[in-house]
Amino acid sequence: YQRRVRDTHTVTNSPSEVKKGSLNTKSKLLRAMFRQQYDSDITTWSPQGRLFQIEYAMEAVKQGSAVVGVKSKTHAVVAALKRAPSNELAAYQQKIFKIDDHMGIAIAGLTADARVLCKHMRTECINHKYVYDTPMQVNRLVVQIADKAQIHTQKYGRRPYGVGLLVIGYDQTGAHLFETCPSGNYSDWKAISIGARSQSAKTYLEKKFDTFENLPMNSLIKHALLALKETTGQQSEGLTIKNCAVAVVGLNQKFELYEGSALSPFLDNLDTFETDETMTT
Amino acid sequence: MLRTSPPSVPTFTPYQAFPELTGVQERPVSEAKGWGPYVNNGGTCIGVAGDDFVVIGADTRMSVGYAINTRNSPKYIKLTDKCILVSSGMQADIATLHKTLVSRLVWYEHQNGKKMSTPAIAQLLGNTLYYRRFFPYYAFNVLGGIDEDGKAAVYSYDAVGSFERCQYSSSGTGQTLVQPLLDNQVGFRNQNNVANRKLNMEDTVALVKDAFTSVGERDIYTGDYVNIFTITKEGIKEEPVFRLKFD
Repeated sequence: YQRRVRDTHTVTNSPSEVKKGSLNTKSKLLRAMFRQQYDSDITTWSPQGRLFQIEYAMEAVKQGSAVVGVKSKTHAVVAALKRAPSNELAAYQQKIFKIDDHMGIAIAGLTADARVLCKHMRTECINHKYVYDTPMQVNRLVVQIADKAQIHTQKYGRRPYGVGLLVIGYDQTGAHLFETCPSGNYSDWKAISIGARSQSAKTYLEKKFDTFENLPMNSLIKHALLALKETTGQQSEGLTIKNCAVAVVGLNQKFELYEGSALSPFLDNLDTFETDETMTT
Repeated sequence: MLRTSPPSVPTFTPYQAFPELTGVQERPVSEAKGWGPYVNNGGTCIGVAGDDFVVIGADTRMSVGYAINTRNSPKYIKLTDKCILVSSGMQADIATLHKTLVSRLVWYEHQNGKKMSTPAIAQLLGNTLYYRRFFPYYAFNVLGGIDEDGKAAVYSYDAVGSFERCQYSSSGTGQTLVQPLLDNQVGFRNQNNVANRKLNMEDTVALVKDAFTSVGERDIYTGDYVNIFTITKEGIKEEPVFRLKFD
């Protein structure tokens, strides 16, 4: 079959990653040359033990707009930056989806893939509730999704899902925040950000996450928004009620999505939040 | 053991199932013998619609034959904050039917971003019942709620999904006792000078309570406790649990 010629941009290392241990430019170049041979389908390993198709799928996640997740002992919050194809004419892309009363997801990457996973998660939760008369445990569903993603990394003819999820939930084992990857890996986090310029958000979270454990819900939301703010560029409009979305779930708190004017209470005074730490909400 | 339960549900007997094997003439079956998939756990359900309020309720007795299995088995399910379904018949089929509807309602909300309206639920219930046309849910339903125009709605069903919107309805073992009472007192049938008569909420609740009390007197399958709800566009309110006779 036709082997497409890749342009040089993708032959070299992934733009958002720094390759470790390859100081020698010549060997880097050599390996880059051969990368073409090992990246065309999911069922081919590279000599370094990498599956490039998975890494390219994770690249799609990194290209999606940023989402931030934080959790305390009793609540879990996600905040997302929404993109629109055109600022004036188009609606902003939905980034946060309710899965059940006690669970929701925020997505980064291919929205269409996310919708498929979202539908699957919703069906699983409904079925679980029907059979066991109890809400599905968050980590069990996350493992199921991770396993589902893994299948697509090992079957010929099926491409990996190009979306990363931040799953927030509250069940009998407490508040949860999980990240899932196209690779089929999943992780439990106290605070995390994925998507474009998420490193800036991660830097903010690394400084602050120690205080999250006992924070009330509204403070948690403000921290998530401040972390999200770090991911907006210098030239951009920052966070507005149109381009972001927040969702929260927790103890005595059903999954609730804040969009549009419901965000005003959180976005106002965001800058002074840090100095208002003495306030309880 | 002397089989004493009154025959009220479809059952199969060996003679009916394999007539060619018996070598005897078919005879009409009057006493139920053999196994059947249905049992009637009894009970009565009532729903009455005013202009902008609905009063709906059901007793909580669950019986098998002449025995009481439990005095506290509710027959209602809150589907949305404006809609309640009460069902009488076989408790197992009722429980499954209710669970199935709840799952469908959750799915609807995911897909449409809003809760199902009462008329939509009415249609869904009818379709769900007809889906099992050839092995029906042994459930006799009364659906009550507020529709999209803020008006009260009561729908009554048969076991296979034939349904109709009406002013008032009842189902269950006490249906034959209650329905004529409702015809007279809510529909004002066979009464003169009723041109401007209307029922308000308090009177309707009192009437429904009286109806249950009366049914409890004469129907052995109705008794113990009654759950009564009033639904308005503000939401659902539960009346304090109402006791009937325990006999």
